[in-house]
Amino acid sequence: MKGKDFVKKYTMVLALILVFVLFTILTGGRLIMAQNISNLLLQNAYVLVMACGMLLCILTGGNVDLSVGSTLCLSAAAAAKLMEGGSSPATAVFVSLLISAVIGIWQGWLIGYIHIPPFICTLAGMFLFRGLARVILDSKTIAVMNPGFLKLFTSYIQIPGVDSLGNCPSAMVIGIIIAVCLTIFMIANRAKKAKQGYQVASFASTLIRVIIFDALIIAYASRLMGYKGIPVMVIWILAIVLIFGFITSKTVFGRYFYAVGGNEKATKLSGIDPRKVYFWAYFLMSLLAGLSGLLVGARIGSVDGNMGNSYEMDAIASCFIGGASAYGGSGKISGVMVGAILLGVINMGMSILGLPDQYQYVVKGAVLLAAVIFDVVTNHKTGKS
Amino acid sequence: MSDTILEMKNIVKEYPGVKALNNVTFKVERGEIHALVGENGAGKSTLMNVLSGTIPYGEYTGDVIFNGNVCQFHNIKDSEKVGIAVVHQELALIPELTIAENMFMGNERRTKFGTIDWNRTYGEAQAAMKRVGLKESSQVLIKDIGTGKQQLVEIAKALAKDCKLLVLDEPTSSLNEEDSKMLLDMLLDFKKEGITSIIITHKLNEVAYCADQITVLRDGQTIETMQNEDHTIDENRIIKGMVGRELTDRYPDREHKIGKEVMLSCKDWTVYHPVYTEKCVVDHASFEVHKGEVVGFSGLQGAGRTELAMSLFGKSYGSHITGQEFIGGKEVHLKNEADAIEHGLAYATEDRKTNGLILDETIARNTTLARMDKISHKDIVNVPEENKQAEIYVKAMHTKTPSIQQHAGNLSGGNQQKVLLAKWMFAEPDVLILDEPTRGIDVGAKYEIYQIINEMVSQGKAVVMISSELPELLGMCDRIYAMNEGRIVGEFNGKDATQEKIMSAILSSDNKTVKAG
Repeated sequence: MKGKDFVKKYTMVLALILVFVLFTILTGGRLIMAQNISNLLLQNAYVLVMACGMLLCILTGGNVDLSVGSTLCLSAAAAAKLMEGGSSPATAVFVSLLISAVIGIWQGWLIGYIHIPPFICTLAGMFLFRGLARVILDSKTIAVMNPGFLKLFTSYIQIPGVDSLGNCPSAMVIGIIIAVCLTIFMIANRAKKAKQGYQVASFASTLIRVIIFDALIIAYASRLMGYKGIPVMVIWILAIVLIFGFITSKTVFGRYFYAVGGNEKATKLSGIDPRKVYFWAYFLMSLLAGLSGLLVGARIGSVDGNMGNSYEMDAIASCFIGGASAYGGSGKISGVMVGAILLGVINMGMSILGLPDQYQYVVKGAVLLAAVIFDVVTNHKTGKS
Repeated sequence: MSDTILEMKNIVKEYPGVKALNNVTFKVERGEIHALVGENGAGKSTLMNVLSGTIPYGEYTGDVIFNGNVCQFHNIKDSEKVGIAVVHQELALIPELTIAENMFMGNERRTKFGTIDWNRTYGEAQAAMKRVGLKESSQVLIKDIGTGKQQLVEIAKALAKDCKLLVLDEPTSSLNEEDSKMLLDMLLDFKKEGITSIIITHKLNEVAYCADQITVLRDGQTIETMQNEDHTIDENRIIKGMVGRELTDRYPDREHKIGKEVMLSCKDWTVYHPVYTEKCVVDHASFEVHKGEVVGFSGLQGAGRTELAMSLFGKSYGSHITGQEFIGGKEVHLKNEADAIEHGLAYATEDRKTNGLILDETIARNTTLARMDKISHKDIVNVPEENKQAEIYVKAMHTKTPSIQQHAGNLSGGNQQKVLLAKWMFAEPDVLILDEPTRGIDVGAKYEIYQIINEMVSQGKAVVMISSELPELLGMCDRIYAMNEGRIVGEFNGKDATQEKIMSAILSSDNKTVKAG
């Protein structure tokens, strides 16, 4: 019985491990080469970042934002165009984020206060912003070459004299520091809860969790050490994920998203304004899409009118694979991250194997469907019993 | 020589914790108009659901005998096949389709190729409409005709199915005087054509006007069947049958410490429907609630009690709200629900599942939702504190649950109600409005909820209790207001009030509809 609960709770984590091991074997270990592991998060930066915002939208009631791929393109196009014209990276970043904030306010207002159905509103946005991006780009491809901009998003933390390509002990040192901090935090947190008489997991299980987390961090750090060190982009991703994880799990503000998705009428009668909740979901989503535009633009090194095509679907798929309810009201950032990485591993594994694009779509679709069917069927069963 | 078309024998239907029908026997003669009366929750609709197959055979016990045959209806189609047609109180029409399309919904007229035969559809619809006196084209959309005519379409739809027994569930509740009269006269015409009708209604003048026999249901039991062939029955005679319940339910005692201080009051409070903005749902209502007082609101469904309460609770219902609202003697203009909560109001909804609780969330999270500020610091939730508070309320309310982490949806109705009450007590209101706080819960849980109400008022709070159960109001309230059709039509002292007095205040205010005789 306990084992069953465990499997249910960690289905996607187990699936991730399974897929990871499978592709490691299929690729003859190439998947876990330092460069590939380092690239795994960087390649999927936009998915990880945008899935955080997408989760908020989905929490409000299974609503999605279809415009984020286009917003991402528009943001990147604006930055690229400005820097091509000689603007500073700071100006470019500011203007791009401003544009995405305006889009967020616009869509948040339409959806929250004018009650335009999110699907239609963001579908319109998808065309609208894609078009505007192409107007800015004048249907050309613009290279992103500003060194300051690239440094901000795509450089690696390397300490001169200590680190060199293929050997960056700084990554390992930072990894160990993080692992130690995490260990202390988790154990102290457990002690604090126990002291307040709050029910806590057994010490052994806490210890096992700590060991697993530490092992993952060290393993990841060792891979980064074996390549170019800690990528700045990982810090960006981590910051966003931690902020949104904190918002959704620890704050009153975050709780409102779950409440509105769980029962909007009851939430309203509890003195919470659902309109604001919708507004913030779509506002933050657009802002994250704008940031993702900068990340992707910097990583690819150029911006064209097709950039970000169908990226919204990757973010949406990650949320649902990660256990967010299609009806809203439930889902966690941690789950969504597992979903995003699962998709990322599948993509990367298949690319290494040299499977063509078309099969990647088939597999992605199958994984998404399987995850949702599994979710619906198991929840249905527990609901009945 | 009596000729019985329908006999329902010893019908028992149980829902978890409550017997909706307890050995009901009901007999209808061929060619008569039979009125079925009773308070809200007396079991009228449940009985008709058994008859129509909405409650399928096997989910109740007892026999339904129609035209001499014992019937086993598994769904509505089965009962329609033998000629029973039910017109529900809430109209089941699709606004965006035409009258004819609605009339043959699920029963479409087809050509031999299987496509819809539009000529027959519109033609037959037109013929059926003629029988109920509708002159519109059958191609008019439902949304373009008034509710009165929509009701007629429903009846025409039933006639088109070649029905022998027509059941009308509160057909005149949304009709004006003229339309009501027309509808009743139509039933009298059908009677001449040999169609038997059962009419469920709260309007006793209508009963006296058209019914040949009257059966009274109360608490899921048949009380009596009265003859009314000469249409001269006294309305008070019917009321006596409806409410003649003894006050056997027990209510906990409390010390009555009613203060002078007025906690909540309103003057000429008028509210219009949020969608149909010309419809007045609360009409110049004025009332007050004192410190330490339990004030009851009685009335039939749709009397405007919930609408009054919700509109006072930060305008959470209605449009074009006018009138004055006072809290603690000071006039307030509440902007929204949050404002109302801040001013010390709480409204616990009658519909805990759709408006009250988040069923997929834990008890703990439901308890704190209306006052997250109490368990958070700088917007960060203090989860241990939240759990501690939830534990306190679970213990205080005797909520039966394995843990506060249980989802609200997994609890029984009574325990869900306790979580809803806990949520609003956690909000620490000065005035707590409880809308049907004991609906659908068992006797034991009811008693515990009464105790909680007593405790609230003993702490100097005020409680407004909206209930459709008169004995409950009489047992609990210091004062009782009676409402009907949006107006407050009576005020009673809890000690002097009787069920008869309240019921006749409500029903006699109805006389602006059909005059009997």
